[in-house]
Amino acid sequence: MRREGSPWQGLGTVLLKELADHFDSLRMLGLALLTVLAAAVPFYLAVVELKNTTSEDPFLLLKLFNPGGQTLSVVAILGFVIPVVAISLGFDAINGEHNRRTLSRILAQPIYRDALLAGKFLAGIIILAVNLMCLWLLVAGLGVAFLGVPPSGDEFTRALVFYFVAVAYAGAWLGMAMLFSVLFRSPATAALLALGVWLFMTFLWPMIAPAIAAALIPPDPRYTLLGILDPQTAALQQGLSRISPYLLFGEATRTILTPTTPSLGPVLDQIRMLRGEVVGAALPLRESLALVWPEVVSLIAGAIVLFVATYVVFQRQEVRA
Amino acid sequence: MSDPVITARGLTKRYGEAVVVDAIDFDIRKGETFGLLGPNGAGKTTTILMMLGLTDVSAGTVVVAGHDPVRQPLQVKRRVGYLPDLVGFYDHMTAVENLAYTARLMGIGRDVRDARIMDALALVRLNGVAHKSVATFSRGMRQRLGLAELIVKRAEIAILDEPTSGLDPQSTHEFLDMIGALKREGVTILITSHLLDQVQRLCDRVALFRAGKILVMGTVPELARQVLGAGFVVDVEAAAAPGKELAARLGAIPGVLTVQQTAEATYRLTADHDVRAEAARAVVAADGALTRLSVDSPSLDAIYTRFFEKQSATEGEIRDAA
Repeated sequence: MRREGSPWQGLGTVLLKELADHFDSLRMLGLALLTVLAAAVPFYLAVVELKNTTSEDPFLLLKLFNPGGQTLSVVAILGFVIPVVAISLGFDAINGEHNRRTLSRILAQPIYRDALLAGKFLAGIIILAVNLMCLWLLVAGLGVAFLGVPPSGDEFTRALVFYFVAVAYAGAWLGMAMLFSVLFRSPATAALLALGVWLFMTFLWPMIAPAIAAALIPPDPRYTLLGILDPQTAALQQGLSRISPYLLFGEATRTILTPTTPSLGPVLDQIRMLRGEVVGAALPLRESLALVWPEVVSLIAGAIVLFVATYVVFQRQEVRA
Repeated sequence: MSDPVITARGLTKRYGEAVVVDAIDFDIRKGETFGLLGPNGAGKTTTILMMLGLTDVSAGTVVVAGHDPVRQPLQVKRRVGYLPDLVGFYDHMTAVENLAYTARLMGIGRDVRDARIMDALALVRLNGVAHKSVATFSRGMRQRLGLAELIVKRAEIAILDEPTSGLDPQSTHEFLDMIGALKREGVTILITSHLLDQVQRLCDRVALFRAGKILVMGTVPELARQVLGAGFVVDVEAAAAPGKELAARLGAIPGVLTVQQTAEATYRLTADHDVRAEAARAVVAADGALTRLSVDSPSLDAIYTRFFEKQSATEGEIRDAA
């Protein structure tokens, strides 16, 4: 059965209203402060460390985001903070309208539900993108000011790609938060469950995935004797760990921000070394992009799948309070 | 008062096994005020949502303002204004901002938007608080703001779902006056309510709704005849008359259907027309002293109560029989 009229009618209106709401809200201010403060400490540590090695390091800008080694990095902090910000922007998107009893009034206007949902999602993404852009500019700008070395074109492009990966990562979490806001009538339930999924994906899954992989494909004892992982087990482990957006994000950012070691984690590096590949040489930008491409696509696909699920559930949902 | 603007034929809504709206038929004519009455959970709101295309139709058809809400919901929603029960607004925005948002969704151009909003707010007497945050508004003010939205929209059809529930008597009165003004402008109005005397005052026709079915439909006098069996109730108080004889004389008056002795010397007649003159004559003829004579025109309240009493009684019998 075809319906008449454009699904995008009213999209712009919803988008502008949601943006205005976000920009006016205390929540938004709090989240922006949280992001900046959380990133300030690792940024400071990175600057202190890099000041000693300024002359010898060819990738200063990237090192600001991800100094490597044991130092807490801006990237690692973002891996935690972005989901929290995205969830808090999306967890009450639709159920909030329900509870304020504005949903049926808004949907009685000549628009489709599509416009409301897409408008809210886009507004969330734009807010996240603006937030991350501010942070990105702060890190890059202050970094150049402190260290006094302008970034090369290659470095700049890599940092920009990192920015887009971060936005895609945020989009996946926003999609999940909005799905929960449609599934659960109570915003508190939606928020708690979304945070639960975040905790699971971020802290538990990295521990569970290797256990599952080892159980499904028991590692060959010969590899174990050598003190390295069975390549088959490792491959499964990596596949499983990629279910978690957090690990996906970590993998993608490491690849794009650390050109000298296009490391895919200690596990795969071992395999690569066994295969005779050189680990540690600087990769050209094109190669890094090719490496990071599947992860970026996965994150974007995750966001789209979650949005579509939200859309389907919302279309079938009753509007009455 | 000619062409129907809303036509429902066999309109049905099922949730799994449960039938919420069961093959209802009705026509609402242009400019008419139609009341949909029934207990909570009778399926009134579901019927409204189907008319707006906000919930799927399980079977049957409904045409609103010449369009099918299932396939052309935007066309329908452009012409129909809907005031949900317990209408909500964005508390952090002012009255004007709230209306401006929905006006933009309606597609009202920037050039006329502000003027229309201020006019509508003046009509519902909210112009004094136009730039105040809605968070401070009382229930009655929110309800009026909802009505202002329909005025901004210039809706041809206004659907009001329990518009006066939860309002104090003063606000209810004001609100009904505003609906009356809307009616005088030729807007077709569909109203659901359980405040019956108010509906009676406003509505041209009413339908009694129960368990997903329209049981009776028509003007209030028509319903009175159908449900109460008579349109008029005449109370006669006559002293010093032999009771039996007077009751017989009253019962013999053409048009009187029942005579009921309610106290020592008072009688209640139900009749299909106003029989006061004949009743007075009968009292005098029976040598009685007429002390009071009054007539009640049929009240929707009585019809409603009586009707649902009857329904429960028959349902009770069916249950007992089974």
